[in-house]
Amino acid sequence: MSLRDFGPNELMFLIMATRWTILLALIAFAGGGVIGLVVAALRVAPLPPLRWLAAGYIQFFMGTPILIQLFMAYYGSSLLGFRPDPWAAAAVTFSLNGGAFFGEIFRGSIDAVPKGQWEASTALGLRFIPTLRLVILPQAVRLMLPPTVGFMVQIVKTTSVASLIGLTELARAATQINTVTFQPVLVFGTVSLIYFMLCWPLSLYAGYLERRVGEGVAVKTRKPLLLAS
Amino acid sequence: MQTALQFGPVLIHLDRLLVGVWQTIQLAVLSILLGTVIGTLGAIGRSFGPRWVSWPIAAYVELIRNTPLLIQLYFVFFTLPLIGLKFSSGTAAILALSIHLGAYATEILRAGVQSVPVGQIEAAKSLGLSSYRIIRHVVLVPAVRAVYPALSSQFILQLMGTSIVGAIAAEELTAIANNLVMQTFRSFEVYIVIAVIYFVLVQAASLVFAGLGRLLFRWKN
Repeated sequence: MSLRDFGPNELMFLIMATRWTILLALIAFAGGGVIGLVVAALRVAPLPPLRWLAAGYIQFFMGTPILIQLFMAYYGSSLLGFRPDPWAAAAVTFSLNGGAFFGEIFRGSIDAVPKGQWEASTALGLRFIPTLRLVILPQAVRLMLPPTVGFMVQIVKTTSVASLIGLTELARAATQINTVTFQPVLVFGTVSLIYFMLCWPLSLYAGYLERRVGEGVAVKTRKPLLLAS
Repeated sequence: MQTALQFGPVLIHLDRLLVGVWQTIQLAVLSILLGTVIGTLGAIGRSFGPRWVSWPIAAYVELIRNTPLLIQLYFVFFTLPLIGLKFSSGTAAILALSIHLGAYATEILRAGVQSVPVGQIEAAKSLGLSSYRIIRHVVLVPAVRAVYPALSSQFILQLMGTSIVGAIAAEELTAIANNLVMQTFRSFEVYIVIAVIYFVLVQAASLVFAGLGRLLFRWKN
């Protein structure tokens, strides 16, 4: 017995809820991208304490489940005197969490830029931040692009966890519709399809970028490091 | 408003938290074992199988990798009873987690299989090795060794992924934490303790995988 059938209205409800999934993913991408840039810069900074700070940050956010981080942000906000709000908690958590992953992705690409570039910049009298901004990052961007797009897929999928702190995005809308229609095959099939349509193009694009970079870089990374040894 | 953190009311329930840790470990280990079996078969089928085998496997991998684990959990939990399979939520969770990991393991192991030079397989064939022996010794062992780091970080993601199975009322550490929150009203403290436990679990798991890797692949090329 069900209260109602899965019809156009229910489908519309799911599609409307998808807006919030997309919005949350965009917030996470923007916030995570900015934080990730700072984290990556700290990770390669000349001062060891800054590097340790960034490493600890990454360790925490990559070494605990995002659901726990969400709960901590949600319930922790009341300790700081705010009213717990799923949107605020989710926006903050996904940005901080994304920042850790982006930080690692960006740092990996920065590390792939030959050391001689840093040394040459130092020799030219550039300080750390101008070196990073003007010399290293423009070269690293090519390498960081494929994993960045790949991680966007991860972000879209992970936003579903926000449903567990009561944020009504696609996954939560799905459980709500399932409760009233009790047609799980249809409901979760549709929702899977929506997520798939959001994620698959990104996955394909990430794969395409990866192959393109892979072709170009095969020549470039043939170690100039050998000169040093 | 009470702002001071009080861990006492949380830590007296340490025994229940340890039960949760054990359940989480069980979920992770069982789903990793099952998922790796699925992944191994998937990678072999995808690499060497005829089209009617490799295409469905490719579809399975793409479908799972482009949808959230949470939705996969709901799907397994709510639809299997419709076709007459009645599982406890714990079993449904293991099943969904295994299917999830299986797709990632297929993709990772496939990359490993592709890294095996064709000449190795041709050499093994010309030596008269059976298909089973070729796949087992000539392909799989070097393949797993090549992708072991990627595989073990996927396993660690799986360990953390078990935290969401509370959504289908399966028991594990996070679900127990949620119960403790309702009992003690020390929500933030509970989740700090749980975060520390997961952190320790993850670090321990990465040590175990690193040690296992050294043990399994100690010989040189």
